[in-house]
Amino acid sequence: MHQQVPILKIDDFWIASVQGSLHDQDVIEFKEALLNKIMQPKSRGLIIDLTVLDVVDSFVTKTLIDIRGLAGLMGVPVVIAGMSPAVAITLVEMGLNLEGVDTALNLQKGLDKLRNAGKER
Amino acid sequence: MLERTSSIENELDIIAARRCAKEIAKELGFSTVDQVRIATAISELARNVVLYAKNGSIAIRVLCEGGRKGLEILVADNGPGIPNVELAMTDGYSTSGGLGAGLPGAKRLMDTFRIDSKLGQGTTIVARKWKA
Repeated sequence: MHQQVPILKIDDFWIASVQGSLHDQDVIEFKEALLNKIMQPKSRGLIIDLTVLDVVDSFVTKTLIDIRGLAGLMGVPVVIAGMSPAVAITLVEMGLNLEGVDTALNLQKGLDKLRNAGKER
Repeated sequence: MLERTSSIENELDIIAARRCAKEIAKELGFSTVDQVRIATAISELARNVVLYAKNGSIAIRVLCEGGRKGLEILVADNGPGIPNVELAMTDGYSTSGGLGAGLPGAKRLMDTFRIDSKLGQGTTIVARKWKA
């Protein structure tokens, strides 16, 4: 089973909606694919949508923190959107607080957040 | 008593094991949050098997005790063993460049957690979650 996450563009924002379970190799490829997209000159932000992801373990969490760090170095803000209540509870209990990672309730709010961040500059 | 054992050798087995556990937890009537807790704990423990021991097994067992229902996870491997279990159970400690949240995190997600490790022989973990 090989999963590829489609990375779509709305205006100058990149949106990746993770569908189903990614295995470790997929996650690594996903990270590289994202960085390749956001290096395009007009990129203004990236949203990673986790709405349908039922399990977020420490490996996926580390990848999200890595992506935010790398994109941050490239000057592209990242928002994680759509985390389910069960996933949020589990992450907190695990002691994983996604330090420094910006989050939003859903895709729309994530997009709003990135647009507003752009205006403030 | 229902029991399902799967061998863990690669990352695809990790996903299969947690999917299987989630299904059983759902059948038993565990809440959505508990299903995710159990699946996440399995994910962490199974990843440790692949990462450190290369291969091992995970057995998921349905528990029925005094009218209470629960689920037991038994993870076993014949890997190198954990030199310092106390250290491995410490938040933020990792020898693989991870977040160091796997073992202590899995422990907090379950109700009971027992780890037995012998150097050169392997590691066994038994963790249980009872239905609220």
